[in-house]
Parts: sequence; structure tokens; C-alpha cells
Amino acid sequence: MREQRTIFDNIDWQLVFLYFALVLFGWMNIYAAVYNEDHKSIFDFSQQYGKQLIWIVTSLVLALIILITDAKFYSAFAYVFFGLVMFSLVAVLVIGNKTSGAQSWFEIGAFKIQPAEFAKFATNLAVAKYLSMQNINIRQFRTKVVVGSFLIFPLLAILLQNDTGSAIVFVCFVFVLYREGLSGSVLLMGVGLAFLFFMALLVEKFVLIGVIAGVSALVYYLVMKKTRKNLIIISAIVVGASGFVYSVDKIFTDVLESHQKDRINVLIGKEVDPKGVGYNVNQSKIAIGSGGFMGKGFLQGTQTKYDFVPEQSTDFIFCTIGEEWGFVGSTIVVFLFLWMMVRIIIISERQRSDFTRIYGYGLASILFFHFTINVGMALGILPVIGIPLPFFSYGGSSLWSFTILFFIFIKLDSYRLNLL
Amino acid sequence: MRINTRHQDRSYIIIAIFAFVAVVFILRLFYIQVLVDKYKLSAENNVLRYVTIYPDRGLIFDRNGKSLVENEASYDLMVTPRHVSELDTLEFCDLLGIDTAAFNKRLTEAKNYSMYKSSVFEKEIPKEVYARFQEKLYKYNGFYIQRRTVRRYPHNIAPHLLGYIGEVNASIVEKDKYYKSGDYIGISGIEKTYEKYLRGRKGLRIMMVDVFNREKGHYKEGRYDTIALSGFNLTTTIDAILQEYGEKLMQNKKGSIVAIEPATGEILAMVSSPAYNPSDLVGRKLRENFSKLQNDTARIPLYNRALQAQYPPGSTFKTINALVGQQMGVININTRFGCAHGFTAGGLHVGCHGHASPLNLVQSIQHSCNAWYCNAFWAMIDRSGYKNSHDGFVAWRNHIMSFGFGKKFDDDLSNEYNGNIPTPEYYDKYHGAGRWKGLTIISLSIGQGEVLVTPLQLANGAAVIANRGYYYIPHVVKRIGDKGFVDPRFIEKHVTTVESKYYDPVVEGMNLVMEAGTGHRANLKGIPMCGKTGTAQNPHGKDHSIFVLFAPMDNPKIAVSVIVENSGFGATWAAPIASLMVEKYLTDTITRPDMEKRMFEGNLMGAK
Repeated sequence: MREQRTIFDNIDWQLVFLYFALVLFGWMNIYAAVYNEDHKSIFDFSQQYGKQLIWIVTSLVLALIILITDAKFYSAFAYVFFGLVMFSLVAVLVIGNKTSGAQSWFEIGAFKIQPAEFAKFATNLAVAKYLSMQNINIRQFRTKVVVGSFLIFPLLAILLQNDTGSAIVFVCFVFVLYREGLSGSVLLMGVGLAFLFFMALLVEKFVLIGVIAGVSALVYYLVMKKTRKNLIIISAIVVGASGFVYSVDKIFTDVLESHQKDRINVLIGKEVDPKGVGYNVNQSKIAIGSGGFMGKGFLQGTQTKYDFVPEQSTDFIFCTIGEEWGFVGSTIVVFLFLWMMVRIIIISERQRSDFTRIYGYGLASILFFHFTINVGMALGILPVIGIPLPFFSYGGSSLWSFTILFFIFIKLDSYRLNLL
Repeated sequence: MRINTRHQDRSYIIIAIFAFVAVVFILRLFYIQVLVDKYKLSAENNVLRYVTIYPDRGLIFDRNGKSLVENEASYDLMVTPRHVSELDTLEFCDLLGIDTAAFNKRLTEAKNYSMYKSSVFEKEIPKEVYARFQEKLYKYNGFYIQRRTVRRYPHNIAPHLLGYIGEVNASIVEKDKYYKSGDYIGISGIEKTYEKYLRGRKGLRIMMVDVFNREKGHYKEGRYDTIALSGFNLTTTIDAILQEYGEKLMQNKKGSIVAIEPATGEILAMVSSPAYNPSDLVGRKLRENFSKLQNDTARIPLYNRALQAQYPPGSTFKTINALVGQQMGVININTRFGCAHGFTAGGLHVGCHGHASPLNLVQSIQHSCNAWYCNAFWAMIDRSGYKNSHDGFVAWRNHIMSFGFGKKFDDDLSNEYNGNIPTPEYYDKYHGAGRWKGLTIISLSIGQGEVLVTPLQLANGAAVIANRGYYYIPHVVKRIGDKGFVDPRFIEKHVTTVESKYYDPVVEGMNLVMEAGTGHRANLKGIPMCGKTGTAQNPHGKDHSIFVLFAPMDNPKIAVSVIVENSGFGATWAAPIASLMVEKYLTDTITRPDMEKRMFEGNLMGAK
């Protein structure tokens, strides 16, 4: 067994390569998205690509710091990190700056820091730390409550900042919990509820309930054992689903805000309004679609260059990829993400340390969530939720946060052989 | 290792979920990037603006380089409904001088036409409005100014000849791909006949614009742009001074003047009266003014009498019959016919005025003797060696047609009429085959009856005599473009079937008309002129006065036909006008101010 002698020993170079590939390709697309004849220099720090270059360099410094730090440091200080970030989440509500309706920024000089981004790695550390403790069983009610509160706290704090996208990221920990033994039905229920939510908006309620009841009855008679217990379960499901369907209207009208409702309406095709809420998505699809098979080429994208797509360097960066690199380039990006996520899962599974494994699952889940929501939104198959594409989107906080998340995992993994 | 091994297989489910999402994305990408085209088209609509560059229409000059038709910049306000965003409607309407109701109506019309294609919102906005508008244009997304040219007439002459331009109609747009709705096209006159030279070639600029509709540059560095090519300038054969003078002579009269340079067939002047001001049929005023002119049924100013009016040529036709008769061998220079106040044969009587008798050929023209021409024509049809009257008539007709009568010239004038030289079939039908003879149709001898000529044909007839036997197709454009392209049609000599030698006595007779005959009062000392009076019988009212004239007698420079409707005998109005035209053209001065004054001031509009 080889012990780690220098900080670069036992590092998973595949992941490091993927990191660099995504960050550099991301930077190229930011350059293309905000490309401007008057500011061609990549070192023009008045432009987003200039700034992003600073973020990339500082990210690499951060990565280096993480790699030279002792791996035990992260699990040891997990709760401290979590506490600090949670504190800043509350603090930003009091002294933070408002940017496009969300009070989630600390302004330090010319740069802005978004604590919500850092809540991800802090929460991930805390959850990993807690679940890796001896005598912890996810099936226990107490454990669920504790883990739940680790997640609910940042979620609520970020929701209060009016940053829905960053808040709901914490839902992705359901994958971690599932891997750690949470009943699969929770995962199924989550998917089921999301499905019902949209169906309830699209289909007449009594039709939907009729279908649910019918399908349940069929399942009961054809698949399940005819026991009293099963009958009660299936009835409960039908009643619960019906109740949910009826409450969807209430959630939709009273809980969601109007812009959120609009986004959902546009997504399910209830509203056609190319200049209004659907404008972003429509323009996004046009930009991506116009790329064709091979794309228009670097800096040749007219839709992104001439600002037809809003937020094209941040939330809609995928449009630039789609337009300039076409189906080929877009598919490669999707593959790179899939490769990275799968690689993280594989590496997680080879860990002896529960902490590292759980952390790895958390990382993969967060990446997956961001990737799915962001690309799904750009492709018009998910509602518009402002959430960055990891490593791609313009923004220091986001890049820093993902770099930290990512390199802590690299560090923890490289340290695995030092463990017994 | 407690939890680790227990649920390791769940990693596959998670990986499967990841992979599922990736596959969904790739399929979705394939669909919108590869399978469907609508996003590509939408992207083009987003970013590309097709800007038509209208070429300057060719200018039109007179024979001496004087400008007849010029261009003036005009600015149309265009709108592309899809790009219109919220704007200060009140301020906008205020600038244009329209109300909000009109604004909404026009915007709706534009939307109905097309959301993506631009259409005209306001035509020809005045220059000062344009200047103010240009400053504020950035505030009005979707609106832009299209520069065009409209016609300007520095002299306001020759409206019928020059014609006018107007918007193309739907059927032209359908037939000819070059034209798009809203384009201009020549509708009459040489604007119409020379449309394809005058219009030039439209250019196209494909611009890329950003989301704010600001131009960002040429699409593909302008690879698909085309430049606009200006139309060819035309140099006409018109003499602007003569044309203007002729219009002045004809004011308050109905009728026309056509003046031709015999040696070339070039039309020096072509006046039709009553006329209109060509500047009235320009741009935004066109529609309103046009219907006003069209509804002026008393004056019918749009009617181009020089080409469209058809009159019996009256006694002017005797010159032609004198020529054809010689060629057909029934008369010669010594032929004398008696006249006792007219011609009487077979119960038929054609009256004549009092003059000495008998007359020879030259004198017959000088005194315009009806009996002489009845005799000559009778002989041509019935006794010129043909099998029967029918064949005699056919021979006569062919000779007549060789002077350019009876059909349109292959010229460059629009809306020309044929005139009429009756066919034998016509008489067969009217009288029965074989049941008509020279006497039946004797009125043709003195230019009455079924024979009809246009003033242009009449002037050409005079030019033929001036040339002693040939003509070039009368035309109005001398050169196309600066290189001087000349239409080959107009340099081809058309020789009459009457030999040149027969012309001298006719010319001499016509000279005597001026020296000591029916036209002597219009004679001009110093320039030997040759003319012939005529009176076109008008069953609806007072006869039309006709005169044909060419001068000088040898090597003539100008041949003129003048018709003044409802003015009676040819010598009273038509002859002086023709004579003044010749004097103006040849000497550029008028030595007979009294005559000129009488013509200028003569008002025959009330005559019937």
C-alpha cells in the first residue's frame, strides 16, 4: 500500500482532467457570450471573461490550498464550517445586497460573494460527518430528523433570501440518503409527487383521481397479495394522492409567487407568450436549435452575441454551447458531466471511509441537480429556475464553491490509502 | 463497512438515473438542433434584417441636355410589427401629425400584412419631419426610415409624354419577381416604355441586428449583399423650349401638336391639350390628384390626344392621294380636272369652294380642290388597271399604309392608337362583296369617311413628304445611358411605295399653299414652308381644324401636325400654331407677335 507522500500522490487525475476541461470550455463560452469587438483581450478585467479569469486563477489557488491541507481537517471541522456558513446565511439577510430581487450578496469592494453557494459544501460536510458517525442508522426516526434539519435550515434561509434555485438544491441530498439506506419509496414518492403536481395542473382533477384509483385497483388485484394490510396501504396511497391533487391548486395559487407560476405555466404549455415569461426559454431554444449539428463555430453565434438570450453568461450559458458548438459540442458537454458524476460515484464506492463516500455522493448529487435543472431549463423541458451550470456559468461564488466542493473530494479520495 | 456493503447496489440505480437524464438531454438536443428547422429560421428572423436599397431612377433629359425629370429624396417611415415595443405613442403621433386612432389602425394593417416583413407606415414624410424623427428613432423600436426617390419636374412640361410612376399593383408583383409590394413602376409614357432601363437594379443589404434592433454589421461580411445600380439616364428627342412653347400655344384649346425631325424621326415636341401638371402625379399626392384628373370629364386631361385621338385627316389627306395617284399611274403633273363648285357623278355630289378651274396637280393642292381628288381617287380605285375596284382599292390601301397610316408604329410611346385605313373586307361587309366601287367610297379622296389618323401619324405623313419618300419610326428617346445606346428600330429607314420622283409636285403644291393658297396667312417670310390645311368633319359639333407643315422646303428640319378641335377651318387656328412652332424651332424668335398673342389668348374650350 502506497501512502501519500506528496500532495499530488494518489490524486484521481481523471477527475482533475474533467474539472479543467469543463472550466476552460466554460470560460471560452463566457468569452463568446459576452464577446465584444472593442474588448478582445482576454485580460480585459472590465469584461466578464476577464473577471472569470481571475475567478479561475483564484479557484486554482483554493484547490491547491485544499490539497495541501490535511484531509482530516475537513471532517474535524465540518460542523464549524456548517455553523459559520449558516451564520453568514442569516447575516446576509440583514446586511446583504439585493441583486435582481434576491437578497443574497455580500459586497466586498468590486466583488460580490454569495454565501448560499458556500452552503452547499458546508452542508455536504456536515451531513457526511453526521451520517458517518458510529451507531447512526438512517432508518431511525431521530437520524432522519437531524439530517433533515441540516438540510432544512440552509434551505429555508436561502428561500428567505428569495433565491429559490439555490434553496431547492438541498433536495438533491435525497440521493445521498437513499444510498445510505433510506427507503427507496421516499425517492419514488418524490418523483411521484412531482409528476402529480404537473399532471394536476394539466388534467382535470377528477379524471386524474379516477386514473390513480383505477391504476391502484389494478395493481392491487393483479400484483399484490390480497391482504388487509395491502388494501389499507393502497387505499392510503389513493386518498393521499387525491388530497395532494386537490391541494395543488392551493399550493399553486397561494404558495407560489406569480413569476414562479408563470414559469410553470409556460413550461406545461398553458401560456404562449413569446415576448413575456416564455421569452427566455423560447430564445434559449432558438439559440441552441440554430446551432444545428456542427454549430456555428467559436464566436460565430449570432443569437448569443447579440443578446437575444438573457443571462447568457450565467444561467443560460448552455445556449452559447448549443449555438456555437452544435449538437456535437453539446453532447460532448453532457457526456463530460455524466462522466464526472459517474466517476465520482465509482470513486465514492471504493472508499473505506464512510465520510468520504457520503461526501462524494453529496457532491455528485449537487452536480447532478445543477446540471439537470440548468440544462433542462435551457432546453425548455424544466421550468426556469435560476441556477448556475457548474464550472461553466460566469460567477466567482459559484466557481469557488464548486471548486471547494470538488477538491475536498479529490483530497479526501487521495487520502483513502492512508486509512486502514 | 456496515452501511457501505449493504446498499452498494444502489449506486447503480443512481448512476442509471444520471444516465437517464443525460440521454433525455441528448435526445432533446438532437430534436431541436438536428431534426427541426424552425429554430434555425427563428434565429434568422431574430438577427437578420433585409434592407432593400432603392436605386436612383434614371433621369430624363431633353435633346439639348436640359433636365426634364429629376429625382428628389423622399423618406418613407417603415415598420416591422414584430420589433415594435412600447413607445411614447403621443409623442410619436405628434411628430407625424396623426392621431392615436390612425396610429393603431396603421399598426394593425401592418401586422395583418406581416409581423416579420416591413411595410410602409407613413409615406414621404416631409424633410423637416424626417430630421426631427431621425433624432428620436432610437426610441421607436421596429420603425426605420427608408430612403427613396420621387420624381421632380423642373419645367412641368410634357406630362403625357413623360408619363408617371406609381406603386405596383398586385398582379404585377405576381408576374414579375423583381417588384415587391410598395415598389414604384412606370405607369404611362416613357416612364412605362423605358421602365426596365430607368428603374436600375435594387440592392440588398443583409444586416445583423442585436436584440435592441441595432445594426451590428453585415451578414457574412456582406457576402450576400448586392449594391443598387442606378437606372440609365435617358436623353429624349424632345426640345424642351419647343415643347413648352407648343403647350402655351395650345392652352385653353383642345387638340394636339406633334413635331418631328424628318431626317431622323425624332419627336421634337408632342403636345396634348388640355394637359395636367406632371408634379401633381407624384408620390403621396398621386392617388388623390389622379382621381381628380380622371373625374374631369369636361377636359379629360389624362387623355393623350397626340396618340389616342383619331380624326379624319380631311384635306391634308389630299397630299397623300396625290402621291399615290401618281404612283398608280392615273394622274401626273399635267393632269387637269375641272371643278364646278364640286364633283358630281352618278347622282353623287361633293361640294367645293370657288376657285379657278381646271387645276393641275400642283394647283389642286394649293387650292385644296375636292373635285380634283374625287376624280383622281375614282380613277385609282376603278381605272388603274386592276381587275376590279376591290383590287384597285387594295393597291391604294397598301400605298397609304406605307406612309405609316392605319397601324401603330413600333415606337417607344405608350397607349398609342392605330388610326384606321378601312379594309376591303369592311366594305364587302357593309355594301356587299362586289357592290362597291370608287364612287361608293369617294369621301376617302378628301380624307373623310372611314379613314382615321392620329396626330402622330399625321405628323409622320408630313415628314414622309418632307423626306420625299421615307420615314424613320417616330420616337422620343435618343440615347439610353451615357454610352449612348440607340435602339436599332429607330435607325431603320422605312421607304414608301411611292417613288421619290413623284414628291416634287406635291411639295411644290404645299409650298404654294403657304405662298398663295389656303395657308397663306400663316406663311413666314424668309423660310420656304410647305403646308396643307384640313378640316376634320365632326358629327358632334364644330369641325376640327387641322394643319400639317414642314420647313424649310429643301432639306426640311421640322414637320408638324396641329389639330385644334372645334375650331373650324384648318387655316384659322391650326395653321398659325404650326407656323409659329416652326418659326420657334428654326429661328428661336417670333416675328409675328400679333399672331402669337392671338394664339396664346385664344380660348376655344367653350366651343362645341
